[in-house]
Amino acid sequence: MAQRDGASAWLRVEGAPIIIVFALLLALFMWTSPNVFLSPSIYTTFLTIVPPLVLLGTGLTFVIGAGEIDLCFPSIISFSGFVFAVLFKEYQLGWIAVVAGMASGVLVGYLNGVLIARVGIPSFIATLGTQFFWTGAASVLSGGKSYALRGAEESTVWQWIVGRPFASATTIDWVQGLSVQALWTALIVGFLWLVLTHHRFGEHTLFIGDSNDVSRVVGIDVDREKIKIFTLMGALAAFASIILTLEQKNFFGNQGQGYLMTAIAGVLIGGTSIFGGQATIVGTVFGCFVIQILEPGLVAAGLTGSWVRTVQGFIFLVAIVFYMYVDEPQRRAALMLRLRSIPGFGGASASRSSASE
Amino acid sequence: MAPGGREFDSVVRLVGVQKYFGAVHALRDIDIAIGRNEIVGLIGDNGAGKSTLIKVMTGVLAPTAGKIYIRDREIPQSDYSVRMAHDLSIETVYQDKSLADKQPLWRNFFVGRQITDRFGFIDIKREKEVAQRILIDVIGFRGVGITVDSTVSKLSGGERQGIAIGRAMHYNADLIVLDEPTAALGVAEVRKVIDFVRLIKSSGRACIYIEHNLAHVHEVADRLVVLDRGRIVSEINPRQMSVNELTEYLIDLQHRG
Repeated sequence: MAQRDGASAWLRVEGAPIIIVFALLLALFMWTSPNVFLSPSIYTTFLTIVPPLVLLGTGLTFVIGAGEIDLCFPSIISFSGFVFAVLFKEYQLGWIAVVAGMASGVLVGYLNGVLIARVGIPSFIATLGTQFFWTGAASVLSGGKSYALRGAEESTVWQWIVGRPFASATTIDWVQGLSVQALWTALIVGFLWLVLTHHRFGEHTLFIGDSNDVSRVVGIDVDREKIKIFTLMGALAAFASIILTLEQKNFFGNQGQGYLMTAIAGVLIGGTSIFGGQATIVGTVFGCFVIQILEPGLVAAGLTGSWVRTVQGFIFLVAIVFYMYVDEPQRRAALMLRLRSIPGFGGASASRSSASE
Repeated sequence: MAPGGREFDSVVRLVGVQKYFGAVHALRDIDIAIGRNEIVGLIGDNGAGKSTLIKVMTGVLAPTAGKIYIRDREIPQSDYSVRMAHDLSIETVYQDKSLADKQPLWRNFFVGRQITDRFGFIDIKREKEVAQRILIDVIGFRGVGITVDSTVSKLSGGERQGIAIGRAMHYNADLIVLDEPTAALGVAEVRKVIDFVRLIKSSGRACIYIEHNLAHVHEVADRLVVLDRGRIVSEINPRQMSVNELTEYLIDLQHRG
C-alpha cells in the first residue's frame, strides 16, 4: 500500500519545497531586475555574506530538531566577537585570538546546555536570560565601543578565514571576489549534515526532539546530549562571529542582533519542525538562502529596505502554516474536514484528495 | 532455546522487597519469582502497586529493602539501573513511551544501540537490513504496507506494540515486561497484541504482563499474581478459574477491605 507512506514523493527529497521556492524566487528576481541577477558578481557577494547565517541556521537545526530553542546566539556573536576582536587588535594575538573567541562561544553554549539540561530551566527562558547577560557583558567589557581591525587583511588569520584566494590569480571580477569563508561553511555544514543524518548524535537529537520520555526509555542520556547540542550551537555562533568581524574588519557590540529572527526563520522555512523530532540541514541552507536573497532582490526591484523585514516575516508565517499542514496528518485531516463542510467545496474533490494521502 | 543459554531457574526473583514513598508503604514483603519461560499476569486495582513492582524489577526504582536476584544471582541494589537491566536482558515495553513517533522504524529498532563504526557513524544499510528481517521474521509484518522506512506515526496502536515487543525479542531479552499494552486499543488491535504475547512464550522467553482487562490477561497468562495494597495476596492458575470467577474474586477482595 503505497498510500500509507503518503505525502507525494517529491516532497520527500530533503528540502524539496524550499529548494523550489528558492528557484522560483531567483527566477522572479531575474525577471524583475535582470541587470543585477543575471550577472555573476551578485552571487559572489551573496556567498560572502551568507555564511554566518547558514552556520547559525545549521546549529539551530540541531537545537530546534531537539525540540528546544536558542535565543542566546546573537549575544554569543557579540561576546565571542568582542573576545576575538580585543585579543586580535589590542594584543596582536592572531590565531590565539581565534582560539579564544571560539572557546568563549563553546563555554557560553555549554553553560546554556547546563542551565537547560541539568538545572532544568526551559530553553526559551534560559537562553532569553543568558542572551541579556552576555550581550550586557560584552557591552560592559568593551565599554560600548567598536573595534576597527584596520589592516587585518595583511594577517594570515584574515587570509585563511575570510580571504580571497583568487584575488591575484585572475582578472575576472567575480572570480576575484570568491571568498574562502564560503568554502569553510560548505565543509562544516556538509559534515554536520552527515552527523545529523548518519551519526548517533544526530539520531539522538531527533529522538530527543520527538520525545524526552521515549529517549530516556531507549537509553539515551538526554541531558548530556542536550548539553552537546547547545555547545555545538555556541561553537558555530562563535565561528560565525569571527567570520563576521573579520569580513567587516570591524567589531561592534550589537552585530548579532539582526540574526535572531533571520536564522530562526531560515531553519523553520527550510522544513525543520517547530515541534522537534524532524530536521533538515539541506532545508536550512536553502531557507537561509531565501531569507538572504530577499534583501538584494527586493531592493533591486525598487522597494525600500523596510520592505525586506515585512516580506521575510510574511514568508516565514506562510511557511510555518504550510509545514504544519504537510507534516501533521491530523491537522491536515482537520483542515480537509473544515473545507468539506463549506457548501459546494466538499464531495468528490475532498474524497479524492484524502485518497491520495 | 533460552536466549543467553546460561543455566538458571528464575529470570528475576524478589525476596522480602519493601518500598516506601515517604510514609506510604507501597510494596510490602514482596516475594516473587519469574520462571524462565512463563507469562505472569500482574493484576490488581489502581494503586495496588503493580507499576511500582515492575519499576523495582526493571531498575527504574530502587527498593527500600529486600533483595533482587537476576538469573539466580544477587544484584547489589546500589548498582541496579535501567541500563543494567538492559544489559541483563530485561526489556520493558511501556504503553506509549517505547517508540518515537516521527522517526522511521529502522531507527527505532536500533536507537540506543546503533551499529556504528568507531567514529559513531551509523551503518544505515546494515541497520535497515536487520530491521527488515525483524519486521518480517520476528514480528511477521508481511504485506501490510509497513516498511522499515515508515514512521511510527503511520502505525496503529497494536502494530506499535508489536514493533516494541519485536525489538525486545530481537535483543534477546530473557524477560519482557509489558505495561498495559492493550490500553486504549480496539478489539482487532488487542488481538494482535495478544498474539505477540504468545510469540514471546513460544520463543522461550518470560513475560510479565500488567493488564486491567482481566479477559485479556486470563487468556495468555500461565500464572496470575494478584496485588492488593502493596501486598501479593494470591497466585491463581488461570486454568482453574474462569474469567467470571476471577472477577468475583477481585471484587470480593475489594469489599473485604
